[in-house]
Amino acid sequence: MRLEIDRELCVGSGMCALSAPELFDQSPDDGRVLLLVDRRDPQATQLLAAAADLCPSGALSLADD
Amino acid sequence: MTQDMTPVALAGPEHEPFGFPMQRDCPFHPPARYETLRAERPIVPVRVPDGQVAWLVTRYADVRALLTDPRVSSDRTHPNLPLTESVTPQTRRNIAEVGRSLIGLDRAEHGPQRRMLITEFTLRRAQELRPHIQQTVDRAIDAMLAGPQPADLVDALAVPVPSATVTKLLGMPYEDRELIERAANAQLRQSVPAQERQETSAELHAYVDRLISAKEANPTDDVLGRLIRRNRQTPLFDHEMLVGLTMLLLVAGFETTASMIALGSAWLLSNERERAAIVADPAAAGPAVEELLRYFSVVDALPRIATDDIEIGGVRIRAGDGILISFASANWDDAAFADAATVDIGRNARHHVAFGYGIHQCIGQNLAREELQIVFRTLFTRVPTLRLVGDVAGLPFKNDSNIYGVDRVPVTW
Repeated sequence: MRLEIDRELCVGSGMCALSAPELFDQSPDDGRVLLLVDRRDPQATQLLAAAADLCPSGALSLADD
Repeated sequence: MTQDMTPVALAGPEHEPFGFPMQRDCPFHPPARYETLRAERPIVPVRVPDGQVAWLVTRYADVRALLTDPRVSSDRTHPNLPLTESVTPQTRRNIAEVGRSLIGLDRAEHGPQRRMLITEFTLRRAQELRPHIQQTVDRAIDAMLAGPQPADLVDALAVPVPSATVTKLLGMPYEDRELIERAANAQLRQSVPAQERQETSAELHAYVDRLISAKEANPTDDVLGRLIRRNRQTPLFDHEMLVGLTMLLLVAGFETTASMIALGSAWLLSNERERAAIVADPAAAGPAVEELLRYFSVVDALPRIATDDIEIGGVRIRAGDGILISFASANWDDAAFADAATVDIGRNARHHVAFGYGIHQCIGQNLAREELQIVFRTLFTRVPTLRLVGDVAGLPFKNDSNIYGVDRVPVTW
C-alpha cells in the first residue's frame, strides 16, 4: 500500500500535519502538504491511512501496490 | 421558480416535509429528530422558512460523500440555495456578494483563491500566535477577577478572545472590535429586526471598505496587507471581493469560536471530572476540544446545490435541488462515533465535521483549536473555584442564531 499525494488538490487544512506531525508538514512557501517519510513506509501504514481519511480535499489517498 | 426546481419527488400533499431548522429538546443536544432521520430517512425533504423544499442529509458517510462530490455546488447566487432563515431580497444579495470569495465558489475558482490564503492559516502560523492568545486570555481573566461577581463569561472571555485574535491576525485596530462584535452578532440573529441587521451589515461593510482601501494604499505586514500584495502579482480579487472576503473571515472567525468558548465553558463547569482532567494534564485539552467541537457542532447545517442528478442514500437528488448538509447530525452518528450522544474527552474525535469537510473545510480551524485549548486550560487552572450561577439548563441559549451558542454564562468564584 502506498500514499498518493496530489498537491494540486490540497487546500491547506493542516489535518495531516496536525494528526501526524512526524509524517507531514505544510510548506512555508505555499502552505500545501509535504510528506516527510517514504510514501510506502511500512511502519507508518496506519498513520498514513488515517491521514488520508482525515484529508478533506482528496489530496491524500491510498493506493494498492 | 420553474418546475424543474421543485421536483415532485421532494414533496406532496400526503408527505408534507418537516420544517427546518428543527427544534432542540435539550440545549446541549442537536434536534432529537435527527436520530430518527439517520435511522429511517437519512436524506429527507425539509421545508425551509422561505417555503422552499430541500434535501436534509443526516448521516456522517453521506455528509462526507456529498461534500466531496463534484456534482454538489456551493453557488450562493442560485435561487434554490436553501437558507435556514427567512431573508429579505437585500440579504440574499449580500449572501451572494460574500459568496464571490471562497465560501460560494466551486473547485476551479476556489482553488486559486484559497491557495493565496493558506500560508496565513497553516498549523505553524496558528502555533506562532500562541503567546498572543495566551496573553489575551490572561488579561481577560485578570480583568474578570478584578471585577464584580457574578461575572458573565461571554462578556469576560468568549467574546474578547476571538475578537482580539481575529483583529490581530487581519491587522485591524483593536479599538474597532466593538463594531465587529456587534455586527457579527446581529447578522446571525433571526430575532434582530431585518432593518437593524441591514444597518449593522452596511456599517460593517463601510468600515471594511475603508480598511481595505487604507491597506491597498499602504499594505501592512498582516494577513490582509500580504494578501493585497500577493493579489497585485496575480490578480484574483477585485476591491469588492476583498471587502466580502474580509467580512467573511471576520464573522466566521469570531462568532463560531465565541460560541464554542461559551458553550464549552458552561458544559465543563457542569462536569467536574472532565474539568479536572484538563487541569491535571495540559495535553488533555487537545482531544477534549475536538470532542467538544463534535458534541456542540455550533454550525448545524450549511446549504449546497446539486448541479447534476445524484443517487445517494436511497433517494435521487435532481439537478437544481437544494441540499442542507447537517454537520451536527453527522457528528452525532453512532456509525462514526461510538455512543455519540455521550461526551468522552479521551476519545479520538478528530474526524468530526464541525469544521466541515471537502475543499471548503474551515480555513481558520487551527487558530480556533489554539484559542479553545488555551482558554479552557487557562481558565480552569487559574480559577479552580469557578462555578456557574444557577442551573445550566436555565441559561439563555441562542435558539434564533445561525451559529448556536449561549448569550450569557454567569459565574462566580
